[in-house]
Amino acid sequence: MTRLPYGSPTTPLPDEVDVAVVGGGIMGLATAYHLARTSYLRITVVEGAYLAAGASGRNGGGVRMQWSDPNNVRLMMESLRICRGLTQELGINLWFRRGGYLFLARTPAQADQLERNAAMHRELGADTRLLSPTAARAIVPELDVTGVVLASYNPHDAVVFPWPFLWGYAARATAMGVAIRTHTKVTRIEPETATYRLHLSDGTALRTDTVILAMGAYGHDLNRGLGIDLPNRPHRHEILSTAPLKPLFDPLVVDLSTGLYASQSLRGEVVAGVTLGAPDLDAPPEPIDTTSSLGFLERIGAALVRVFPRLGPVSVLRQWAGPYDFSPDGDPIVGPSPGHPKVIQMCGFTGHGFMMAPAVSRLVARFVAHGIGDPLLDRWSPGRFAGKPPARPREVMIIG
Amino acid sequence: MIPCFLCRCEDVLAAEVDHAIDLGWTTVEEIKRYTGLGTGPCQGKECLPLLAAHLAARDAAAACALAPFTQRPPAEPAPLAALAGTSEDPTR
Repeated sequence: MTRLPYGSPTTPLPDEVDVAVVGGGIMGLATAYHLARTSYLRITVVEGAYLAAGASGRNGGGVRMQWSDPNNVRLMMESLRICRGLTQELGINLWFRRGGYLFLARTPAQADQLERNAAMHRELGADTRLLSPTAARAIVPELDVTGVVLASYNPHDAVVFPWPFLWGYAARATAMGVAIRTHTKVTRIEPETATYRLHLSDGTALRTDTVILAMGAYGHDLNRGLGIDLPNRPHRHEILSTAPLKPLFDPLVVDLSTGLYASQSLRGEVVAGVTLGAPDLDAPPEPIDTTSSLGFLERIGAALVRVFPRLGPVSVLRQWAGPYDFSPDGDPIVGPSPGHPKVIQMCGFTGHGFMMAPAVSRLVARFVAHGIGDPLLDRWSPGRFAGKPPARPREVMIIG
Repeated sequence: MIPCFLCRCEDVLAAEVDHAIDLGWTTVEEIKRYTGLGTGPCQGKECLPLLAAHLAARDAAAACALAPFTQRPPAEPAPLAALAGTSEDPTR
């Protein structure tokens, strides 16, 4: 039977599979793709709404190797390496554009951070350069560098259009036999002797050996139903898109003082977000809120026009919101769950999961299909929050 | 055949919407994302009714799937400089 390439609400599901992926975002679809590519497992993906309904469809599409933690730098060097050939691999235009990332520091502490990052990046082979404000202007002539003391620039960082990644992974996974069912919620996961039974919103059920919860900030209810209590918390972030302009600047520009990030898409729109506070990680998870605010427009209007004065008359066409899935130590929560080794978590990516997914999905698929571990998976273990959390430097380059 | 535009801002043809439906997209939110319909300056004010009429004429959508996509602020395109100053001077 020929299946529809991107799944559908009527995709027939078998009664029993080896791996059920819950969540049709980039994590779930890419992991299903790699599982299908490297194993003979029977795989299905169940998505409660449509592909890209969650954070995968709401992020700014930045893909960068400029991080403060060497693990993240190495991971993202790998992800960018994968992205370079991914359009050909997935057979879809991902709008992958290597315009670089330019970080602007306005305080000595921010400048110190960029210097430490750049030294470490060079040790790892990442081509990050420190630039004077004048040199930064040479790369982005539209920039107002008043008050900027130092910039860091990596020409290999990139911006993508997020949605086609999901379509590409979904179509390739479907072609290899993965059943993708959309508009169908998993209402409950019932543990059985050696398997799990997924109860679906259409009244049917699905038995599976392994569950991959690739739901980002949306997984708390299913986890709690299994007695799994994870400390990740959703936090509403907002973003906007302007009217399209002729090519104005190449790199994605970050102002560390405001948490502003702005890039220009291949359609010419400026896509930008800004920091709006942090979540209370000690509180119970709040319902996910994707409403838009005027306060965001005020803050980003000021932050963006300060850096790009000529954008003042440019109109905002659309603003939207999506959840960052905050993890308490800034590291993702990935791997077997405490008490449920066959329930694999993929969450806690703290607003930067999309760019990590091309690499993370390979690690998780290798682990699930072949039992091959990885130091990153050890570091990201969902079990690390039991007892005293491991002391380690926190990733500080969380933007937006 | 004369091409029929459903979305003038983003140049989306009726045939392209038909193609999206054939690929399995069933809701207005999905058709918006796959074709770009409604993402230009009018933000769906012109094209959403045309899309709904087209889907109804094709008998392509269940009633629930005809729900419009989420309306995003601002209601009209608004310049960044004016937004930056809204707290100080709401009349500007």
